[in-house]
Amino acid sequence: MDVRDQPLLQTKGLTKYFRTSRGLLHAVDHVDLEIQAKKTLGVVGESGCGKSTLGRTILRLIEPTEGSVLYGGEDIAGCSAARMREMRRKMQIIFQDPYASLDPRKTVKELIADPLKVYKTPKSRRDELVGQMMETVGLAERFAQAYPHELDGGRRQRIGIARALVLQPEFIVCDEPVSALDVSIQAQILNLLMDLQESHGLTYLFITHDLSVVRHISDEIMVMYLGVVVERAPSKELFASPMHPYTKELIRAIPIPDLNPEHRLVNSLRGEVSDPIEPPASCRFAPRCNYCTEACLSSQPALQDMGNGHFVACALHGA
Amino acid sequence: MGPLLEIRDLHVEYKTHDGTVYAVNGVDLSLGRGETLGLVGETGAGKTTTALSILRLLPDRIGQIRSGKILLDGADITAMSEPQMREIRGNRVSMIFQDPMTSLNPILPVGRQIEEALLLHTQLSKEDRAKRVDEMLTAVGLQASRKDEYPHQFSGGMKQRIVIAIALACNPELLLADEPTTALDVTIQAQVLQMMNELKKQFDTSMLLITHDLGVVAQTCDKVAIMYGGHIVESGTVQDIYEAREHHPYTTGLFRSIPEMNRDSDRLAPIPGLMPDPMLRQEGCSFHDRCPHCMERCRREKPDSRAVSPTHSIACFRHERKDR
Repeated sequence: MDVRDQPLLQTKGLTKYFRTSRGLLHAVDHVDLEIQAKKTLGVVGESGCGKSTLGRTILRLIEPTEGSVLYGGEDIAGCSAARMREMRRKMQIIFQDPYASLDPRKTVKELIADPLKVYKTPKSRRDELVGQMMETVGLAERFAQAYPHELDGGRRQRIGIARALVLQPEFIVCDEPVSALDVSIQAQILNLLMDLQESHGLTYLFITHDLSVVRHISDEIMVMYLGVVVERAPSKELFASPMHPYTKELIRAIPIPDLNPEHRLVNSLRGEVSDPIEPPASCRFAPRCNYCTEACLSSQPALQDMGNGHFVACALHGA
Repeated sequence: MGPLLEIRDLHVEYKTHDGTVYAVNGVDLSLGRGETLGLVGETGAGKTTTALSILRLLPDRIGQIRSGKILLDGADITAMSEPQMREIRGNRVSMIFQDPMTSLNPILPVGRQIEEALLLHTQLSKEDRAKRVDEMLTAVGLQASRKDEYPHQFSGGMKQRIVIAIALACNPELLLADEPTTALDVTIQAQVLQMMNELKKQFDTSMLLITHDLGVVAQTCDKVAIMYGGHIVESGTVQDIYEAREHHPYTTGLFRSIPEMNRDSDRLAPIPGLMPDPMLRQEGCSFHDRCPHCMERCRREKPDSRAVSPTHSIACFRHERKDR
């Protein structure tokens, strides 16, 4: 295989079930994905679709129930704790809520130095790296001794980014990194993430519920519904010709900021997401789907290759 | 007949341990009967404070209406007694908050919570109240048979529907909706927005919709006011805001910050810097230190709102000399 075609990250049948008093909750159900180095895979879906669990399972912050995670060809789902510790240097995460994810009793400088301490970087070198990192993410030096509560949401998220970046990782899971921010600040952070990707050659798994954000930043997009991937395609292709009925409704439900009558919201999707605990054998989207047929009730369709890198899991587009 | 709601030069402050927060600094708004006005701005712009002032629900002893008038159908709310206010709240004016979970009582069945408003503000008999509760649940798309269930038995979208049912139960003239769909998923948001558009017509209610989402405004409002640093920097009809050529630089920046669904661009054009500290009383225009067109004068003087067309006003010196 050509080196270029080897994905940096790949999952095969990655699955996470949580045990609950009512049965197994299927949070992530046999997800296959691959991300090429220096690219961004966007994962989009609504609350409870399993997108955050997917991100955390890939980093083994949550242990997978089954399946494998291949990082540079090496299966990390089964590797030892010591090996995992080494791997985590290369694999980092940025969380949604920059306030909840930062220790309120540490200063900005201490927060950014934390990962370096974990990996036993000498103190002299630490100060230098923290200084550099603050500059990289656009935090003025005068904030070095500030505490998170003294800063606004945008600056707090810059700390989160600096912490993820300070170990010089290759791969970052961005879990709703701009969802808690105001639009003008959101744009600043999105630009920063894109600049950093170019300058540091980063690979992103970008998790969000916001389709316009994901379209903006991703090379490829994966749509999840109740733990399964229903569609995956290059970003432009997905928006130009969505195939899965859920993807279509999701795109239609976005209120567009103009007065074009074609962009009026139309009553799109009936009902709400069904129960993820012990889901029936049918297609997960069947209860809300306008095109549901007999065939949809028997099993969850697998992803089919439709050409041009476009994959869809829907009986309407069966092989 | 004058407008249903008119706010004139409203100033609101919060007295905190750390000093005074100047939250609203001279807001003028006007809302006609049956209209929906979108109040748009980012965190800290003073949107929610403006709405809470209309209901006089500012936090006790801390929040204070410093000056200005709020006229509901011509009567000044700022001068009313507490008993008079109780007649208005939930009856003539009601409010929907962002988070449906914290605005419902977790230990009361939802039907009882709808009935509570009727009990306070109407003379309806027990049977008529029960009938009205059923009607309201049906109107917001829920089964009337679920009235004896508790909030935790409903999903987020359904809870927000219940909050809307409570707010509309007494057929208010004015509905204040503070980010009513922000906590909801996008497909559920589309359902709730559409339902609100229909109910507004059915109940003949005027609405002040507070949001940071310019997409939601385009889909629901007749008029728009853009708020920044406690001021209205631009106001007009939706056509004025979305399609006219002239805008306040903040409005322009806000539109450029949104990643657009129907346009591909590599980088967004964010507004540099941050909102001014509301603890400091600012000289000049509140937007001057983030404004790409800032002139010497902007640092010293506050621009007044000037009409650039009969419906469209902008508070910016660049739009001042227009002889019309």
